[in-house]
Amino acid sequence: MNNSENKITDTEGINGSQLKDSGISNLKYMLVGIVFGIVFVKAEIISWYRIQEMFQLQSFFMYGVIGSAVVVGIISVQIIKRFNIKTIQGEKIEIQPKTFNKGQIYGGLLFGFGWAITGACPGPLFAQIGTGVTVIVVTLLSAIAGTWVYGLLKNKLPH
Amino acid sequence: MSIIEIIKEPWPWYVSGPLIGLTVPILLLIGNKSFGISSSLRHICAACIPANISFFKYDWKKESWNLFFVFGIFLGGIIATYFLSNPNAIEITPQLSEQLATYGITDHSGLLPAQLFSWESLFTLRGFIMIVVGGFMVGFGTRYAGGCTSGHAIMGISNLQWPSLVATICFMIGGFIMANLILPYILSL
Repeated sequence: MNNSENKITDTEGINGSQLKDSGISNLKYMLVGIVFGIVFVKAEIISWYRIQEMFQLQSFFMYGVIGSAVVVGIISVQIIKRFNIKTIQGEKIEIQPKTFNKGQIYGGLLFGFGWAITGACPGPLFAQIGTGVTVIVVTLLSAIAGTWVYGLLKNKLPH
Repeated sequence: MSIIEIIKEPWPWYVSGPLIGLTVPILLLIGNKSFGISSSLRHICAACIPANISFFKYDWKKESWNLFFVFGIFLGGIIATYFLSNPNAIEITPQLSEQLATYGITDHSGLLPAQLFSWESLFTLRGFIMIVVGGFMVGFGTRYAGGCTSGHAIMGISNLQWPSLVATICFMIGGFIMANLILPYILSL
């Protein structure tokens, strides 16, 4: 793997804002998270059953959820770009492009396996714990361990 | 039916999907943040156990919004469960119910089957694979792929990024293979 590639994958998940958020201003993200978590539970997206029904093509529900979320997302991002809408702090909105590497294939398949087993992507894990299924703390810790081991082995893995 | 009763019912996809999609512009507008959840796992590693690994050496404090966001998701889970909970048991398709019965999984009182996801189950081979091995694959796989359902399938595709489409297709292929071809063996352990 060359250096430029390394740099790109190393900054993923790092936000584009140049502004530093203070403790108080971070609370607004918590508020968005709360609403998001409620939607997760109320739509039963965090249910293991819904994920099985999706992967066994028994129900349209999850396809409807993800599909309509993507449509709303595409329209919103196009509006933001077309009208050059700024953030509430007046900053230009920057979205980091995703660069292709083979990790998206190998890692993608591996995550797909984990998604079908646990019935959860990283977001739902937090909501599942909130619903009182405390054993999911172990799943979350294991996911953190997985991320850590990836960081450890990163330079030895094909990208 | 009162509003609160309607809210307590499970929400249909055409309500919840667009609400999830709206998270994308909201996070961009309130602070230039790209929607993505699996990064939170990386930030936790960077904050707690960086171990001199270059992948975890960055200013995670600048990314702490993401940790506030996932903490909010956890709180949202509590609020939805204790104040807005659906009084009826979850509905699952008859096919799934039939399949699960063959593995002795018949308790469908929660959003997750308690016979698979519980502390007692953790100490069985089946439970260990579902809880620990599955979780590891989620954490390792999302970081290797550079994102999860939120960062790639929703945020990436919203920004018309083809690598995100590739990643999403691979998530789905992996899920189809696991749910249909491998999981039956794990469930029968």
